[in-house]
Amino acid sequence: MTPTTQDHVIVRDLRKTYGSFAAVDGVSFEIRRGETFALLGPNGAGKSTTIEILEGYRGRTGGSVTVLGEDPAHAGRDWRARLGMVLQSSGESGNVTVREQVAHFARLYPNPRGVDETISAVGLTDKAGTRIKALSGGQRRRVDVALGVIGRPELLFLDEPTTGFDPEARHEFWELIRSLKREGTTILLTTHYLDEAAQLGDRAGVIAGGRLIDIGRIDEIGGQAARIPVVRWRDSSGLHEERSTTPGALVSRLHATLGDQLRDLEVVRPSLEDIYLELVAAHSPAAAALETVGAHA
Amino acid sequence: MNALALGVARARYETRVYFRQGDTILFTFLFPIIMLTIFSVAFSSAGNIGTLPDGSGGIAPAAFYLPGMIAAGILLSGVQNLAVDIAVERGDGTLKRLAGTPLPVVSYFIGKLGQVFATSILQIVLLIAIAHFAFGVELPTDPAKWATFVWIYALGMITSAVLGIALSRVPRSGKSATAVIIPIVLVLQFISGVYLQFSMLPVWLQNFASVFPLKWIAQGTRSVFLPASFETQEQGDVWNLTGVAVVLGIWLVVGAVAALVTFRWIRKDS
Repeated sequence: MTPTTQDHVIVRDLRKTYGSFAAVDGVSFEIRRGETFALLGPNGAGKSTTIEILEGYRGRTGGSVTVLGEDPAHAGRDWRARLGMVLQSSGESGNVTVREQVAHFARLYPNPRGVDETISAVGLTDKAGTRIKALSGGQRRRVDVALGVIGRPELLFLDEPTTGFDPEARHEFWELIRSLKREGTTILLTTHYLDEAAQLGDRAGVIAGGRLIDIGRIDEIGGQAARIPVVRWRDSSGLHEERSTTPGALVSRLHATLGDQLRDLEVVRPSLEDIYLELVAAHSPAAAALETVGAHA
Repeated sequence: MNALALGVARARYETRVYFRQGDTILFTFLFPIIMLTIFSVAFSSAGNIGTLPDGSGGIAPAAFYLPGMIAAGILLSGVQNLAVDIAVERGDGTLKRLAGTPLPVVSYFIGKLGQVFATSILQIVLLIAIAHFAFGVELPTDPAKWATFVWIYALGMITSAVLGIALSRVPRSGKSATAVIIPIVLVLQFISGVYLQFSMLPVWLQNFASVFPLKWIAQGTRSVFLPASFETQEQGDVWNLTGVAVVLGIWLVVGAVAALVTFRWIRKDS
């Protein structure tokens, strides 16, 4: 894909090394204006290093990065006013109420969202007068999100935003992100929840070992072969599994040949999580090591 | 909004947070007030201090300890408060979050200094009020004494604040901040004439303490609040306000340079 002026983020051959260790090793991708891009990968794969370089918190060893038209390594206040960041960890003592904190951060931006409107959007209206330290982990995370969006960012970084949320809170959060998408906000999301990436993402990139091992539309990640449905069934000889592009025909053949012996039949379309796990396993050093062990055995 | 207005907004926010932290209230804000009360009550039956052979010139313990406690308050509000506060903010992600917003770094420091001056002025007013109304300490009536107090306070406070900012780099984590900073500040108080009468310390310890700013802040506040007859108990038998200005000025420059060199807003690791 060729980068255009419509791209809010352009990353070209990004490298970050610590001594001889390459945390990020030649990563390239773009995020278009208004797009939600999910950056996926196991812990230590280079996701957070990449996002922190884009946010301006870390320097880079090589490659080029453009975020909202500027190099994050040299960008200033006006640039940060156009960004929203929900960082991975926050442990502030929280001796202020939710409303005080959101109102204070609103003052830092030239054209902020309404304070009460934002508190309501993250579902904390009932807790607006509560000190942040008295909130649960999930509620504190919602404050982080409120502070990330209060400045009406053009580009929002969400680094594992829903860690610690219960399922209901996660669904409410997805609605909030969808409303930001509708307003045209560009979003870079990292998450360990693949259903979240599938729900929110337009495109995704998968990082493992500091390299981008796949990138594409959410429904294309892993390629066509990885999406072939799986048919599972049990018969007198045990559990079977077969991938088939024509699962209906396979099921009807099984039914015809096995009759009453056919049990626990299911046809499963691989989820993003299944595809992701396959992708990462294929690229992990552990997988390579296992293969070597297998070859010697 | 410009950097100054944002700094004022930060100062209001910081001051509000300051008064909500129980440990800060106890160990920084109330500590000199509690110590003044303890010393004044404990030694109240021991009679006056510094009475001359002719029976004149003595003052009550509360009057004797007031200038030292004011000096301690200046040190605590600056060095202890800011060193711990900023180390904790660095450890818990507050600094990182702020660095990701358009807040100018100068506004952050205006906010810290605003908090330091607001809380320490209130602290000193309380100290003086308790000394005067509860323990009957007579206050200077000469406007020149108060003018001296204003510049000693302002110079001592700003010096103490920049040293606090510089020292905030020393603790390795926010959790260890109080354990690293409080002993430094406590030792300084014992050797600089806050709890112990400075003239009673051995000369070598007096000379050692003279390297650090607290001894000079305390000497300056003594020159304001103690009778003229106490001047002979100082090193060289003089208040030496020039020395106070020079030593504090040097520490101000050293602290400001150290703070500028070591403070990181947006962390750059390459």
